[in-house]
Amino acid sequence: MIGKGVIKPSYTERPAYFAGILGMIAAIAGSLLVMGFVGTEAPIKQRALEDLQRSLAQVLPAQLHDNDPSLDTLDQPAEGGAVTRFYRATRARVAVASAFEVEEGGYSGPIRLVMGVSSEGLILGVRVLSHTETPGLGDKIEMAKNDWMLSFNGLSLTNLADERWAVKKDGGQFDQFSGATITPRAVVKAVKKGLLLEQRNRAALSRIETVAPPGLSDSQGERQTQASSQAQGASQSQGALQTQGSRQSQLTETH
Amino acid sequence: MQQHRGFKPLWNKELWQEGLWNNNVVFSQMLALCPLLAVTGTATNGLGMGLISLLVFVISNLLVSMLRGVIPPEVRIPAFVMLIATVVTLVDLMMNAWLHELHQVLGLFIPLIVTNCAILGRAEAFAYKNPVLPSIVDGIAMGLGFTLALVTLGAAREIIGSGTLFANAHLLLGEMFGFLELTVIPNYDGFLLMILPPGAFLMLGFIVAGKRVLERRSTERASAMSPAGC
Repeated sequence: MIGKGVIKPSYTERPAYFAGILGMIAAIAGSLLVMGFVGTEAPIKQRALEDLQRSLAQVLPAQLHDNDPSLDTLDQPAEGGAVTRFYRATRARVAVASAFEVEEGGYSGPIRLVMGVSSEGLILGVRVLSHTETPGLGDKIEMAKNDWMLSFNGLSLTNLADERWAVKKDGGQFDQFSGATITPRAVVKAVKKGLLLEQRNRAALSRIETVAPPGLSDSQGERQTQASSQAQGASQSQGALQTQGSRQSQLTETH
Repeated sequence: MQQHRGFKPLWNKELWQEGLWNNNVVFSQMLALCPLLAVTGTATNGLGMGLISLLVFVISNLLVSMLRGVIPPEVRIPAFVMLIATVVTLVDLMMNAWLHELHQVLGLFIPLIVTNCAILGRAEAFAYKNPVLPSIVDGIAMGLGFTLALVTLGAAREIIGSGTLFANAHLLLGEMFGFLELTVIPNYDGFLLMILPPGAFLMLGFIVAGKRVLERRSTERASAMSPAGC
């Protein structure tokens, strides 16, 4: 029963015929895909840019700056050969804050955070971009579930002593969640790592060197090739961060 | 599975009954469990995944039915897979462009629709043997049956697991459907097992058992009725 067509192609049963039919279907499928890809390319880029701007707006308060941080980027080497992309917030062309991504292994996969830090080193905001923590336990790091993330606001490496950057169980000052210690511990570690990263790059971040939009200058391209060669041999998660960084750079170029 | 002979396609009661109940993709055929278990943490996610699958069901049935005279039986399976993969990829791209919020929630699972054996199954068992219109109706009925399964399972898990129903429905359907978002059990601590994948297996087992009981009762009540489809 299975496989009998209603209209039977009785006139040929040669392999070449089958191959031809398959090739024809592949050609139709291919051209449909090309049309779909071309038609959606611009809107998808636009959506990705809006996503970026939305997450940046959450950690860089709008009243602080008068530029579009998603267009003012600076790539700086981070530990382990990875590259961190800083989004700079400026006011009257003076750097006031920056935002960047940090990543740390959580309970069941990487936790990606975006954090905004003022040029004095104070945390303006931290938000989760993606995580795979246990629903109901570790997902209190989402703002939709809990406002625990706000407990970082206003802290810096100077106004909170080094040993206090830990969850309460480890003698620090941050609440852990009932049933989940690993998740908040990872987030605290990531935030502290981010602050150190910002501190190391603060001089570079406050330098406003070009008027030309980023992504067009040659130095930017050089930095990227250098970065991608560095990323080879780096761990997989860093590789993922890297590819995302380069995708975002394409965005800023077309914009 | 079933042979469809009559040509009064659109309101063929049998087709709808098959898709929604008798031969339901999940509850009877036990197919498509991978996306089912993955996305039914909430009823809203289930609904979104169900509607996307419905769309893929209909388009894939339509294409297969249209090309059924062209595709020789010997190469039908690769041809079906190619068509379905194309449809899913296009749906994925279009959702990313125009239904971005939903895509962020379900994005990970959309490529999985390619592996949804139920769609290939319908292409093989129905669309390849039937004209275009009945195939479309079959796609809609099967897709609705799948959506029904996803929403039922999602709602059951969501109510028991987190005490809400249709949380975040406004992301899927727009602000005017915000009224769907209910808190069934206020101040509920949550029952983690139901939200995690094992809960999906457990709840699916209960629902399938419930369906079997209902079916047995109805056959006992009217034993003179025509025998079931499979």
